[in-house]
Amino acid sequence: MSTFDFLLQGLGTAIQPMILIYALIGVTLGTAVGVLPGIGPALTVALLLPVTYGLDPAGSLIMFAGIYYGGMYGGSTTSILLNTPGESASIVTALEGNRMAKAGRGGPALATAAIGSFVAGLLATLALAFLAPHIVKLALVFGPREYFALMMLAFVTVSAAFGDSTLKGLTSLFIGLGLATVGIDGLTGQARMSFGIPQLLDGVEVTTLAVALFALGEALFVAAQTHGLADKVEAIKGSVRMTREDWRRSWPAWLRGSAIGFPIGAMPAGGADIASFLSYGTEKRMSKHPEEFGTGAIEGVAGPEAANNAAAAGTLVPLLTLGLPTTATAAIMLAGFQQFGLQPGPLLFATAPQLVWGLIASLLIANVMLLVLNLPLIRFWVLLLRIPRPWLYAGIMLFATLGTIGVNPSPVELSMLLLFGFMGYGLRLYGYPIAPVVVGLILGPMAEQQLRRALAISQGDWTTLVATPLAAALLGIAALALILPLILRLRGKGKVLSQIAGDSD
Amino acid sequence: MTGQAGTGRRPDGAAFIIAALLAVFGAVPLWDASTIPDKGGYAGIGPAAMPKVVGWALIALAATTAVGAFRGRLADVPRQNPVPLFWIGGGLVLQIALLHTIGFSLATGILFATTAAGFGKRNLVLTLPVGIGFAFVVYAIFDRLLQLNLPGGPLETLILGG
Repeated sequence: MSTFDFLLQGLGTAIQPMILIYALIGVTLGTAVGVLPGIGPALTVALLLPVTYGLDPAGSLIMFAGIYYGGMYGGSTTSILLNTPGESASIVTALEGNRMAKAGRGGPALATAAIGSFVAGLLATLALAFLAPHIVKLALVFGPREYFALMMLAFVTVSAAFGDSTLKGLTSLFIGLGLATVGIDGLTGQARMSFGIPQLLDGVEVTTLAVALFALGEALFVAAQTHGLADKVEAIKGSVRMTREDWRRSWPAWLRGSAIGFPIGAMPAGGADIASFLSYGTEKRMSKHPEEFGTGAIEGVAGPEAANNAAAAGTLVPLLTLGLPTTATAAIMLAGFQQFGLQPGPLLFATAPQLVWGLIASLLIANVMLLVLNLPLIRFWVLLLRIPRPWLYAGIMLFATLGTIGVNPSPVELSMLLLFGFMGYGLRLYGYPIAPVVVGLILGPMAEQQLRRALAISQGDWTTLVATPLAAALLGIAALALILPLILRLRGKGKVLSQIAGDSD
Repeated sequence: MTGQAGTGRRPDGAAFIIAALLAVFGAVPLWDASTIPDKGGYAGIGPAAMPKVVGWALIALAATTAVGAFRGRLADVPRQNPVPLFWIGGGLVLQIALLHTIGFSLATGILFATTAAGFGKRNLVLTLPVGIGFAFVVYAIFDRLLQLNLPGGPLETLILGG
């Protein structure tokens, strides 16, 4: 069967009423958390993991993906109206978008962000559908050493390649890897780092760590700032309609943004935040009105918003075809798959084609839902921005602890939540990135197992790791991605890299 | 790295504290790995290998951080106000301690109120009942409707029955 047939079959799954409801819940929640500053899609999916334990796997996963897409849409609203990005991938949107809102052009800015997200989401989801089967075919010949090499590449790009310090990125990554060694070794059953505490034998729950770092750490950080952040919500003046001129200037930016975002998401090269920064730079260079940048250029909103949605869809390529998460949200979605006993990867396309294609097709439908939620209903979402901070964060803390208590109400688990929460505050305070910790926790044991399998197959011969051209090339790229930024920073060119620093999602 | 609020004015000192914490965090897996009987089997490396790699890496990172602390600032840290940290942290400690005796709604209501207090809303007479009510609604939805197993207490038993 061709991709097209699979996609049609998937649409058959996706238009079942229950699945539609899951998708609708997902995109609504996603938009809400995207709009609210301080919480992002990674945290929301982590919170929902325990809740969906008893629900339908396909529906839950569709809901998670809807949250991811919705977060990318909703984040732009906050950036444009509040100048505080709702999530990390919308930081650049604030640059031009908030200027437009201040100049009374908030409506068109929101419109170009929403329509751009729609165009990019549609194109990138289709690209995902047509690319995935090819990567699956390729992945079937992957052995442990290729997977190990891929994971090394993912480690490097998540932690060291971008951001303002290789040292800080690697430190975060190794904290995650250290936490990953807690529990029972997957290959031999040996207990490690458990210190005789039975609850530690299960290891550190991804939910607990993600909730602690993203929700608790963020709440502590925001609360401890001595001078309150002055928030001024810009009202949407006039209509959200774009003029003919706006359309003419937005179209190429949407397409360029999609073209930049999708490959960045699809390769283990970082997440949506990096894509949006690159897109902003491109638009600035290619614009016929460079003088408008900094004062509210519509291309500067259209491009990055398209890019971050395309990248979100792109990260689903390695996640679904290889089981390789490249962002924090993808890492937690992987935990979601595993919760239902599903292992994403080439086999999943063979064993559960209905689920995979249903998921991909649902994303097309979710995209349409999101356009409706974010254009005609935009004024409703703006109300969320008016929730006072004490109530908002009190509610976030309630749901944050609910997630952990739901998984495991033991004092040990909750104490870990408290400890990691303060660790998250410390990381944030001193500028350590958060995502590598989460990715390290979930990818660490996988990389270790692949390495030990590869070595067991070769009977302890380490040269096996570079014995195939593909594995050698991947490891080579990983080494380059580690060393090149180091050299750039030594030469004082690190500014570019820290500009495209990822923060959370 | 845990809530070193007071060190915000001396970032270099903070870098040394971070380096020390990293070194400790690196030493723990090394010590633990030394207690694991490491039979490599066919692979040549066993369950103790990964903790060793992580442990030495963390110690190396700690050393690099300490060296860097002599040369310059680790980060420009804005002045921190420690009071909210005590409110929120204290609320969490209370929740953990009381969860199994007074139940989810009451314990989480306390956390809700202390968090609001940490963000400047100190009116506990208002925030505590709101928090308990909100937590109770959440309990009813998630425990009774969504089959999530949350610890109940007297309040839950009284209103919803055992």
